[in-house]
This record gives sequence, C-alpha cells and structure tokens, in this order.
Amino acid sequence: MMATVPTEYGMVLAAVLFCTGLVGLLVRRNVLFMLMSTEIMLNAAGLAFVVAGSRWHEPDGQIMFMIIVTMAGAEVAVGLALIMRFYHLFKTLDTDAADTLKG
Amino acid sequence: MLQLLWTVPALPLLGFALLALFGRRLPRAGVSVIGAGSVGLSAVASGLVAWGYITQTVPAAYSQCLWTWMEVGSLKVDMILWLDPISLVMILVATGVGFLIHVYSTEYMRDDADYARFFAYMNLFVGAMVVLVLAGSLPMLYLGWEGVGLCSYLLIGFWYDNADNARAAVKAFLVTRIGDIGMLIGLFVLWFSLGTLDIQPLMERAQLQWTPNSAVAVAATALLLCGALGKSGQLPLQVWLPDAMAGPTPVSALIHAATMVAAGVYLLARTHVLFDLAPAVQCVVAVIGAATLLLAGTSALAQRDIKRALAYSTISQLGYMFLALGVGAWSAALFHFMTHAFFKALLFMAAGAVILAMHHEQDMFNMGGLRRRLPLVFWTFLAGAMSLAALPLVTAGFYSKDMILWSVLSSPKGGFLLWAAGVVGAFLTGLYSFRIVFLVFFGEEKGHASAKPGPAMMIPLVLLAVLALGAGFVEIPETLGRVALFSSFMGVHAAEASAVLGEGTQQVLAALLALGGLAAAVVLYLLRPGIVKAWVATPSGAALQRLCASGWGFDALYGMLIIRPVVALSSLCRDDFMAVVWRAVGICAEGAAAGLGRAQTGRLRFYMAGIALGAVVVLALVVLL
Repeated sequence: MMATVPTEYGMVLAAVLFCTGLVGLLVRRNVLFMLMSTEIMLNAAGLAFVVAGSRWHEPDGQIMFMIIVTMAGAEVAVGLALIMRFYHLFKTLDTDAADTLKG
Repeated sequence: MLQLLWTVPALPLLGFALLALFGRRLPRAGVSVIGAGSVGLSAVASGLVAWGYITQTVPAAYSQCLWTWMEVGSLKVDMILWLDPISLVMILVATGVGFLIHVYSTEYMRDDADYARFFAYMNLFVGAMVVLVLAGSLPMLYLGWEGVGLCSYLLIGFWYDNADNARAAVKAFLVTRIGDIGMLIGLFVLWFSLGTLDIQPLMERAQLQWTPNSAVAVAATALLLCGALGKSGQLPLQVWLPDAMAGPTPVSALIHAATMVAAGVYLLARTHVLFDLAPAVQCVVAVIGAATLLLAGTSALAQRDIKRALAYSTISQLGYMFLALGVGAWSAALFHFMTHAFFKALLFMAAGAVILAMHHEQDMFNMGGLRRRLPLVFWTFLAGAMSLAALPLVTAGFYSKDMILWSVLSSPKGGFLLWAAGVVGAFLTGLYSFRIVFLVFFGEEKGHASAKPGPAMMIPLVLLAVLALGAGFVEIPETLGRVALFSSFMGVHAAEASAVLGEGTQQVLAALLALGGLAAAVVLYLLRPGIVKAWVATPSGAALQRLCASGWGFDALYGMLIIRPVVALSSLCRDDFMAVVWRAVGICAEGAAAGLGRAQTGRLRFYMAGIALGAVVVLALVVLL
C-alpha cells in the first residue's frame, strides 16, 4: 500500500490555491492576470475534487477534474479572444478603463 | 360549380398572405400580377358560382360549412358560407368592381414606394368583404365587418407621413367603432332572446317568437341599425366619410363608394325579417335615410374638393338605400347598391385620372376645360354623372332610383313626405353632379394637364361606363315595358300598390326634377356663373355656403358636445386621488432604480468582490445555521 497524503493536507492546499486566485482576481487590474487567476481557482476546485475522490475511493473526482480541464481550455480560448477585442477597443489591458456600463 | 364558393374569399386572402410575406422582395410586375390576379381569379370564381346557382334545377340557397370556429356551451359558431341571391349580387359586385379597381390601381399607384403594401391591404379588404357578405352566421359576419373596417383604417392612413391622413384614419375608425359597439350588443340581445346566431334559423325563430313591435324586437333591430349607420355613413355618424377621402383614390372608389359603405345596407337587407317585425325602427331608418340624403346633397353643392363632393354624394345615395330599406323595399335598396357601385366607382376613378393629370390638384376651381385635354375621361365621367343624376331612360341610376321612389310612395310604410324628400334629393343630385362636370371639364383651361392615362386606367373606366348606363335594363318598371329580372331573382314580387300619384305620374315628376337639376346646373355653372358668385358675396349667401361646405357643421357640433367635455373631464381627472396612488408606485420604482443603479459601477473587480462576498455570506449561513 502506497503512503497516502492525508486528505486534510490536500484540502488545505486547494483552499490556499483558491484564495490565491481570488485575491489575484480582486487586486490585479491587468485582464490577462485576472484570466490567469481564474485558472488557478479552477485548478483549486479540480484538486479538491481529486482529493475528495481519493478519500472515498471513487473515480468520480477524477472524472470531474477532466471536465474542469476541458471547460477551462474552452474558457481560455474564449477569454483570450475577448482580451484581443478588449485591447483593440481600449488600447490597454486595464479592466478599470472599461466602465462604460456604469449605472 | 357551387363547390368553388370557398375559393371566392380564399383567393384574395391568399394574395394578401403572399404580398404581406414576400411583397418587398417581389418585383413590381410580380406584385401587380398577384394583387390584381388574385381578385381577378376570385371574380371568375364568383362568375362560375353564379352560373352554377342560376342553372340549378331547383333554385335553392346553397351553404358550405368549412369548419367549426368555436364551441362554448350551447354556442356553436361555424365558418359557414351562405349563398343566396342577396350574397350572390354582393360577391359579384365586390369581386368584379374590385378587380377593375385593382387593374386601375396598377397604373394609378405605379410610382408609389409602398406598392406591395397597398395591394396587400386591398386584397385583404376584398377577402374580408367577401367573408362579410357570404357569412352564414352573425359572428362570422362581424368578423368580416371588422376586417373591412380595419382595411379602411389602414388605407385611409396609407400615406401616414402626413399627420392629417393619420388623423382622418383614426376618426373613421373611432366613429364606425361607436356604431359597431351597438351592433355587438345587438348580437348579444339576439343570442339571449333567440338562442342562436346562425342567420337563417335566427330569422325563422324571430318570426315565431317575436310579436311585432315588442321591446326585444325594437331593441335588437335598433342596435343592429347603429352598426349600419356607422358603416354606411348615415346621420348622425356620417362625419367620417368625407375625411376618409385622405386615402388614395382607388381606395375611395372601392371601399368608400362601391362596397364597404354599402355593408350597412347589406346588413339591413340580410336581416330584413327582423326589421319587418319592428316597424317603429323601420320608420326611423326611412327618416334617417331621407334626412341624410338631403343633408349630404346640399353639402355636396358647396364643396371645392372633387373627392369630397363625390363623398357627400355617396352619403346621399346611401341615404336613398336606407330610405328604401325603411319602407321594406330591400330589393330596391340592393338594386340601387349595384348601380351605385358601378357609377360611383366610375366617378371616383375618372376623378382619380383627372387628379393625376392635374399633378395631384383636387380643387375643382383650379380645374376647367379638361374636356379637350382628356376626352375619354370626360365621356366616361359624363356617363357616371348622368347615371348618378338619374337622367331618364338611358341610365342605370334612373331605373334603380325610380324603383326606390315608387316603393316609397306606394308602400304603406312610406308616404308622400318621404317621397317628396326623395325627389327633392333627385333635383339636388342632378345639380351637384353636373356642377362637378361643368367645373372640371368645361370653361376655360386652368393649370396644365399632363399626359393622358394609359390603358390600365382607361379600360376599367370604359367597362364601368357601359355598366353605369346599361346595368339598369335588368329591371324596368311596368309603365315602360316591365322587365323584372332583378326582383324576381331576389324572390320579391310586386305587391298591389296604392298611392296618391300613379306610377307614371311620379316617374315623370322625378325625371323632370332630375332634368331640372341638370338645367339649373347648366344655367348656374355654365351660362351665368356670375349669379352664384354674386349670391355667395352677400352675407346670408356666404353663411349658407360655409354651413354647407362644412357638412352642416356636424364636426363643430361634435367637437363642442363630445370632444371638448371629454378632454375637459380627463384633464380634470388628471390629479385625482387614484392618480396620486399610481404615481407613488412610479416614484418608489424610480427611487429604487436610482439606488440600485449606484451598484452598477461598470468595474469588473467590484462585481467580483460582490460575488465573493455573496459566496462567503451564503457559506457562512450554511455552516452556522
């Protein structure tokens, strides 16, 4: 039997990753870095799935991770295209410049 | 042949559907072919149906049930077409004259940007009119009734860029709606009283269950009459028809002269059994008809606009039809409807040719001498004017008007006074119709007439001119040799008549008065135009002229009695208690919107923080509670 990493460690790592991503999303103004932060958050969620799956000896967690990776790939494709348009439109990557929908 | 009946309304409706869906993408020639062709095929179908009807071994009404429209409790309304002599004459006129007017329109509307929309509306109108006259039940008749009203509204306001046209359309819609509400309540009364709305069972049950002049008979027929008065432009709802001339001229010819405005006449003829059971209402119909024909006849004398003059003339001729309906002579009313459709459509279309040649000039005092410029238009207009003025022996209008006048004089429901109104009206008709002829086609040339109309406009004019002169020979009175094709087809047989004057005497009197009107027009508008000018210059003459020109001031009267009080009342009610309550709702909504609008900073990171905070709060609630 292989030595296993305790579940708590994996979950704490996932939480730390998620918070890193969230803080990055909130403090960074460069849209490219915001996109990268969302990727970190997605991976944090994926890690939590995998750890939970190994805790219960179920393959579902790994299946969910595959789905998350696929979804993240698609999201990056769309996100990068949007960033291209964003840059063409505003000549900057600062999201705070794009406040034309102000109420 | 009779099985083809359903195609008569279906073809124009199909044409409408095609033009409404694909009209913008079709070339003009395609629009013309679909627009005029669908009505033409429909006219051919009605011709075949008529042939099938006449050659039946046993003449009987034919009905065709298409489908059940609705079934609620004991109310069952079928889409059922009912063909009898009355509806046969109506569909022949609606599709036949309709086809000629469509052909005319292909040239008249040639340069209009909304060519396809025009023909779509026109096809929808013909379809709705045919549904109206073929309806076997009153709800279906009401469907067609509102359908033609809608097309009338759409086509009066066809050139909606001009606010006046849109206003005229709204006026026509609202005024006829007043009558239609009465008619709708009349349908409810009939349903509660007799328990059916199919026309033929309705007539049978009414004869069995109603006593003459009972309250329910008077109420139901009076309410039906309301609808007819609105649709046919009779007193007191006649004010919309002169303004309806804002639409294109073919519309005036088809809808506001030949077919739709006669729908009221058709309704009363269709339900004449009910009206026979309410002689009091019949008397009202006759009096309204007589009053309207005199009022509109005098108004027509003072108009400057050629189309308004013809519109008042239409109201006046519809007054004759109501007069005939009021004395129970519904077949005479239908006969006059038929000849009137021919000559009034002709007059409007010839007037349209004149207006087009004069570059959209409609004031008759700016025309003149067009006899030499537009000879064929002149001769066809003259044929129509002669028929309108009922010049004796040679015109269709003479035979139909004579039939009405003789019925009025000889019927026990008529009488000398109503007849006298009719013959005075005949004098006025002769005067105003030849006033138009002399002002437009005689005298010195004013303005500059451009090129002559082409064959698509002239051929319908010539065909209608032949009908306007010749269509009367299907019904010739006894004194002149007795032909009774029309009334025997309608299943009406001449009753023994007794009157203060003999039939021949009254004919001679009426003919003399019509000729007198012509003679007066010759003197006043051709030989000595100075007399009228001098008289109008005097104060009393000028006042009378203003009164007639405004159609006896009904617009001003309604403005004072109805519109101003309603406007005053509504502005008074603007600040009442309930308005404050409703306004509070608005103020709260606006305040909330302003507050929540603050949260819409447009900054992405702010929204992200909101989402994260919300997620934390929800998680905290889940964990802690």
